Amino acid sequence: MFELFGISAGLLAMFVGFGLLIGVLFGFFGMGGSFLVTPALLVMGYPSRVAVGSGLAFVFGTSVIATLKHRDLGQVDYKLGVSMIIGTTVGLEVGKEIVLYLEELGLAGNIISVTYVLLLGGIGAFVTYEALKGGDGDGGVSHDVEEDAEINADDIPEIAKKIQSYSLPPMITLRGGIQVSLWMVLLVAFATGLLSGFLGVGGGFIRMPALFYLIGVPVPIAVGTDLFEIMFSGGIGSFLYAQSGGVDLSIVAPLLAGSALGARVGSAATSIVNEDEIKIYFGLMLLLGALAVAVRQAGNYLGMGVLDYVSLALILGSALMVAGAVIYSALKSIRAPGSAGVTAD
Amino acid sequence: MFGIETLTGSTQAAALVGVVLVEAMVLYVGYGALESAVGSTVLKLLGGN
Repeated sequence: MFELFGISAGLLAMFVGFGLLIGVLFGFFGMGGSFLVTPALLVMGYPSRVAVGSGLAFVFGTSVIATLKHRDLGQVDYKLGVSMIIGTTVGLEVGKEIVLYLEELGLAGNIISVTYVLLLGGIGAFVTYEALKGGDGDGGVSHDVEEDAEINADDIPEIAKKIQSYSLPPMITLRGGIQVSLWMVLLVAFATGLLSGFLGVGGGFIRMPALFYLIGVPVPIAVGTDLFEIMFSGGIGSFLYAQSGGVDLSIVAPLLAGSALGARVGSAATSIVNEDEIKIYFGLMLLLGALAVAVRQAGNYLGMGVLDYVSLALILGSALMVAGAVIYSALKSIRAPGSAGVTAD
Repeated sequence: MFGIETLTGSTQAAALVGVVLVEAMVLYVGYGALESAVGSTVLKLLGGN
């Protein structure tokens, strides 16, 4: 059979297609990399080290592309990004220490899995609930945010308003004219870093909603800034795994070729798709993700390997559903009367 | 791939991350050029114009 980069043409095409799907989600939501790639590689029979390392290298490459794209759209807040990196790094270290302590007690595996399911499911239920509540035109933030435009106070979630009201110096001004205490940003970053270190995940699905719901950053800037941060964590993580041979370029290169195109489509869609239409699918994807983790954990507990495949099918199916919804909504917007001014950029 | 196997330890790791970074940037520029060249035509086709 025809081979390229040491893998068959069929597998190569599958990786490119899979990358395309993930790229759309990554470009649109700023999350969905390691969450999708690593379980898929594990079920395909790659060793954990290679699945995690290659997943991280892929996340790194995709976040570089998506950050560049969001930067072009003026959707990266570097001041916020750097503050978040500092807070997240400290949180990651503390999270790792907690994991090591729980490992000594022999409780790490179960506690991490239960927390992961509760957190993913909780965020999914919350996002879905908010999206359903906002469906009557009440609240919600438009994706069409000008680079430094003031945002409407009605668009800021209540918790974020409360957090913004604490004027503990130094105060920083973020894109959209938001003023918030640096300490609050560091605290939110620390909490998200702690969870991400504890759960061993990139943390996009925690950080992006946290930036929006807790700090009040408009969704497109939350996505762009989250990607900027993932670029650093992904780069460092893949370097660490590559040192022990955990990064396989024959996996990463084709995945990246597909996701680069998908991320372009996903990022461009953020400027033309009404976020409220998609938020509900995003929430459902997280809920199905939580279910997938629970199914896999149950499979491990019961020794039923087939549940690994059910788990993978749930993850891939939900990803396909959400990516399809993003593309469908984008096409609907392009085809809507009076959308002549829409551009891909 | 790309002779990286001949390197060792941290050098190999840095080279691998470097290759991913370069590939990402090449893809970004390449797809960007493609989008500039055919993007508006594709949008017109998708928009039914």
